[in-house]
Amino acid sequence: MATPVTESTLQADAPAVDEAPPQQRAVPASEPEADSPPNVSIGSVAEGRELDESSRAVLTCHDVSIYYGAFRAVNQVTMDVRTHEITALIGPSGCGKSTVLRSLNRMNDLIVGSRVTGTIAYHGTDIYSRGVDPIEVRRRIGMVFQKPNPFPKSIYDNVAYGPRVTGMKVDSMDDAVEQALRSAALWDEVKDKLKQSGMGLSGGQQQRLCIARTIAVKPEVILMDEPCSALDPIATARIEDLMIELRADYTIVIVTHNMQQAARVADRTAFFTAEAAEGTGDRTGHLVEFDLTSKIFSNPSDKRTEDYISGRFG
Amino acid sequence: MSTVAGVDAVERRPQPTDVSLRPSSARVGERIVKASMIACAAVSIATTIGIVVALLGPALQFFREVSVVRFLTETEWTPRFENPHYGIWPLVSGTLWTTAIALLVAVPLGLGSAVFLAEYASPRVRSTIKPVIELLAGIPSVVYGYFALTFVAPTVLQGLFNVEVGTFSVLSAGLVLGVMIIPTVASLSEDALSAVPSSLREASYGLGANRMRTVTRVVFPAAISGIAAALVLALSRAVGETMIVALAAGSQARMVGSATQEGQTMTGFIAQAASGESVVGSLQYNTLFAVGLTLFVVTLIINIISIRLVQRFREAY
Ligand SMILES: Nc1ncnc2c1ncn2[C@@H]1O[C@H](COP(=O)(O)OP(=O)(O)O)[C@@H](O)[C@H]1O
Ligand SMILES: [Mg+2]
Repeated sequence: MATPVTESTLQADAPAVDEAPPQQRAVPASEPEADSPPNVSIGSVAEGRELDESSRAVLTCHDVSIYYGAFRAVNQVTMDVRTHEITALIGPSGCGKSTVLRSLNRMNDLIVGSRVTGTIAYHGTDIYSRGVDPIEVRRRIGMVFQKPNPFPKSIYDNVAYGPRVTGMKVDSMDDAVEQALRSAALWDEVKDKLKQSGMGLSGGQQQRLCIARTIAVKPEVILMDEPCSALDPIATARIEDLMIELRADYTIVIVTHNMQQAARVADRTAFFTAEAAEGTGDRTGHLVEFDLTSKIFSNPSDKRTEDYISGRFG
Repeated sequence: MSTVAGVDAVERRPQPTDVSLRPSSARVGERIVKASMIACAAVSIATTIGIVVALLGPALQFFREVSVVRFLTETEWTPRFENPHYGIWPLVSGTLWTTAIALLVAVPLGLGSAVFLAEYASPRVRSTIKPVIELLAGIPSVVYGYFALTFVAPTVLQGLFNVEVGTFSVLSAGLVLGVMIIPTVASLSEDALSAVPSSLREASYGLGANRMRTVTRVVFPAAISGIAAALVLALSRAVGETMIVALAAGSQARMVGSATQEGQTMTGFIAQAASGESVVGSLQYNTLFAVGLTLFVVTLIINIISIRLVQRFREAY
């Protein structure tokens, strides 16, 4: 399938663009591309959302292997992330979900000795190619972490941090902060205490603050690494609702160990597993199956997926 | 069937005979540990109190003969003249000059090395450079003093930079004093920076911030209380350092007006006067304690101010 190449400005020397690349809705489903699979009925999963099989890929991973020093953590992953969809990465712990997620916005660069082979393309530009500035990559592909990590600053400063440090032009910072907090469904709870420390919020509020902080720099893609694993069920439900709302404006990739969560929110699901390599015994993760969430949960094509889904391992 | 089995199980389960929640032993070990910890803490508190008391006695004797007002307002320090003056300001000015120059050297260099080690250097580079910096702290201060006297003043200042300084100056003493306290600033600040959770750095990078902004806006503010503690300790060491200033700053107590002049610090005076002979209980003897008390109070004030400052600016994580 041809990946549409839009103008992308990840080059270090290119001037920063204020707008993320156009997030156009793709062509109507009545004109599917030649090689796309026939329309699949989604059933009750993911709110029965009709997916547009011709929608554009924002991120395309081809043959991606990721190493920590000599240890190959993930082997030959090929999948893509489509615009305005939620893509879930599931699998037993240690199979490389976080590793893959962090490679999507070059967060892995921060780990000494980590290395990526293959290509990860953002709108057709390989984000690991020469001349690409990881800082520009991360501005367009934001990240929310497993453990809420607000800065030890005021709620306001937490949200304003991104626009400030990336030199984003905003007409009014107050408006930008309010808008981001509203999008993250946090505004009503914090509007009277914007000057108080973000560390004083509850865990769920902190995580929504982190989402607001990410939204404030207007990325195109938001990566979330088990964003609910430190939260109680009510806070988790709020974040899940939020993700579904955010899908209208953003493309989301979420790592989760919670299969119900993937089934509830994700449009597509990638199932990873780790198998000990012959000889070395290193457990290298790889992608077993990547498909519509409904397909993964109702009719997986791989036995290992089925076993995992039905709780036989992991 | 299953109910019967369940009842059976309950009946057969052994009942706990001992339901007492009192301590099963006297926990003597724990008490001993706790007591010895308290004893350790008590030793340092007692020492501090002892020092104050020891200083206070002779210092009060001194202030019976010399008025506090004159001590704090006069600008001449000539305790050994026939018509002696006991204005503390010349000594204070000597201390302020050497300390200020030392901080001008140690704060930028020490913080710079700390940021480099904590945020930029690879683990290998860090584990080589940090011990080297800490080695500086192990050099005896008398060696630093001679270094200032025989190398920094003649070769570096006069020779290399053509500065018009004599053998003794607050400049050469202050510079070397600064080098001496670099390890205190660098090492403790590096610890404070490294202790900032990496999740905060990741959050910043994840938003598209570069390294410099991450360091200055996230890591540094989060580490500020540790860094301030490092600076206060370094400052206290500079104020209290004796050998370097006694050897290199000069021995004339007078108001210091510029860095190239010589001057005497509070510690320099104490070292000089203490090495001479003074009869216990004499005014000369008591003078030492008055200066010592002043030094103590100055250090205390510095500490209090810095604690206040840190409380205002810290971003606790
Ligand atoms: N910073 C790192 N350095 C070395 N190995 C790592 C690092 N992070 C993860 N790994 C290894 O990579 C593999 C995948 O880890 P991870 O991506 O965290 O898995 P998951 O998120 O699926 O639980 C594991 O074997 C883990 O030990
Ligand atoms: Mg993980």
